[in-house]
Amino acid sequence: MSWFEKPAEAPARVPTDAIWAVCPSCKAYVAKEAWRAADKVCPRCNHHERLNCRERVALLTDAGSFKELNAEVSFNDPLSFSDSSGAYADKAKATVAKTGEGESILTGTATVEKIAVVLGVMDFKFLGGSLGSGTGERIRLAAEKAIALKRPLIIVSASGGARMHEGIVSLMQMAKTCAAIARVKEAGLPYLSILTDPTTGGVSASYAMVGDLNIAEPKALIGFAGRRVIEQTIKQKLPDDFQTAEYTLAHGFVDHIVPRKELKAFLANVLRYAGY
Amino acid sequence: MAKKTEKKLAAWDIVQIARHAERPNITDYIRLLCDDFVELHGDRLFGDDRGLIGGFATIGGRRVVLIGHRKGRGVDENIEANFGMASPEGYRKAMRLMRLAEKYGLPVVSFVDTPGAYPGSEAEARGQAEAIAHNLEFMATLKTPIVVVVTGEGGSGGALGIAVGDRILMLQNAVYSVISPEGCASILWRDGSKAPQAADALKITAESLKGLGIIDAIVPEPAGGAHADPAATAAAVKKAVLACLEALCAVPLKSLVAQRYDKFCAMGCR
Repeated sequence: MSWFEKPAEAPARVPTDAIWAVCPSCKAYVAKEAWRAADKVCPRCNHHERLNCRERVALLTDAGSFKELNAEVSFNDPLSFSDSSGAYADKAKATVAKTGEGESILTGTATVEKIAVVLGVMDFKFLGGSLGSGTGERIRLAAEKAIALKRPLIIVSASGGARMHEGIVSLMQMAKTCAAIARVKEAGLPYLSILTDPTTGGVSASYAMVGDLNIAEPKALIGFAGRRVIEQTIKQKLPDDFQTAEYTLAHGFVDHIVPRKELKAFLANVLRYAGY
Repeated sequence: MAKKTEKKLAAWDIVQIARHAERPNITDYIRLLCDDFVELHGDRLFGDDRGLIGGFATIGGRRVVLIGHRKGRGVDENIEANFGMASPEGYRKAMRLMRLAEKYGLPVVSFVDTPGAYPGSEAEARGQAEAIAHNLEFMATLKTPIVVVVTGEGGSGGALGIAVGDRILMLQNAVYSVISPEGCASILWRDGSKAPQAADALKITAESLKGLGIIDAIVPEPAGGAHADPAATAAAVKKAVLACLEALCAVPLKSLVAQRYDKFCAMGCR
C-alpha cells in the first residue's frame, strides 16, 4: 500500500488535553484557550457545553459582585438511604469534597450590569444537579432574600430532576420552591428562569417552568419525562429535536433562546424593561 | 381477629395493595361518600382529560370542589382513563376548578391515585412540566382550604400536581413516592427486579411518611385492604375529610395560606 492509499488516521501525535478541548457534540478539536474564551461553546457546531456553577456566575455577574448566601445549608439524608452501590450520605460527602460545593445550587447576591439581583445557579456536577432538600432550602432562602431586598430573582437550572436518594422529601421540594417563587411574584418582583442543559423531571415541573420569562440556552435538553420512558410508552422512536430548547420554544413554553455570549446583556435588558 | 393475625407487611406488599385492580377508585368514592356530584369538564384550552376529573360535590352536607385522578375498572374504562395518568389538560382543568372553588368560597378536596403523570410525546408537546409546575405555585397561594387524600398510588410529580394542601391524609395501604420502586431499582440498582428493596429504601408507606412529617394522618383500612370493604373505607375517608374541613374552615384565610407555606417549607429541614 503506497502512502496516498493509506486511510486517514488519527494524527501521529495525539493532542493532549492540556492543549485541546474536544467538543462532546461534533468531536471537533478546539484549542483550550479558544474554548475558554468562547465560554465552552463550540465554534464549529454551537454546542453549549455545561458550565459549573462558578463559571456560570462569572459569566452572568459583574466581576467581584457575587456574594454567596447560605453556604452552610448542605445535603440531608432523611431516609438514611442506601442502594446497591452504598450509602447516599457517603456519596454526597464525596461529591461535596470533589466539587467544593455544599449542594446542587449555588445562591447569592450579585449585580448584572449594575442591577442588583439575587441569583441561584445549579451545578450538574453535583449529583446530576438533582433537587434535594438542601437545594430546596437554598432556593427558599434565596427567594425570601429577594423579597427582603426587593430584588429580582434569577435561577439558572441544570438538573436531571428530583433526587431519588431523598425520596418523598425531595419531591416535596418541588412544592416548597414553587411556594417561595409564588411569594416573589406576589411581592411584584421579577423572577427569571434560565433553562440550561439539561432541565428535566422535577425541576422542569417546578421552579424552572414558572419564570416571568423562561429563557433557554441553544439545544438544551428540556422536558418532563425521559426520552426512553416516552419511547417505551408510545412504542415509537422520537425525532432528534424532541425536548430541545428549540422544540420547547416552538411549543410555547420558552420566551427566548439566548446564546451564552449574549445571556448577561439579555438579562440586564429585560430587567430594565421590568423597571430596574 | 384477622387484624391481630396479620403480620406487618413489607413496603412491596403494600405497593401491591395500593395497585390492586379492585381497590376503590374515585368513581367508587364519589358514589359512596358524596350526597351529590356535578362533574365539570374541560380545561378550556384543549380538551377534557378523563384521567383526572372534578366537579362540585357535597360530602356530609358540606359543599366542596372535588378533584382527583381517575383509574378505571377493567380494560375499557382504564384505557379511557389512561390508567389514571393525567395529561396537561387534566392538571389545567384541576386548576380551573380550584380557581372556581376560591371564587365561590368552597374548600377543595383532592383524591390522589396515579402511577404518575402521563409520559407521552403529546403530553410533552402540550407542556406536562409547565402544567404541574403552575399547579404547585397556584395551590401554594390558593385562598381556600385544601384537603388531600392519597387513596392509592401517589406517583411522583403527577401526584403532587394536585397534592399541595393544608392537610395531607393517606390511606393505610396507599403509597407516595418520588419515583416508582421499579424505576428507582432500574436506575440505582441497575436491576428492575430489585423493586422490593427500592420500595423499602424509598420509605413510601403511610407509616413511614407520617414519621417523616410529610403527611398529617393515616386513614385506617379494613382488614385485608380497602378493596375488602369499599363502603367501610369510604366511611373512614369521609369521617377524616370532614374532620379536616371542620378544623380548616375555622381558620382565617390569611393564616391558612401562611400556615400552608410554613408546612411545606419545614419539609426537609433539619
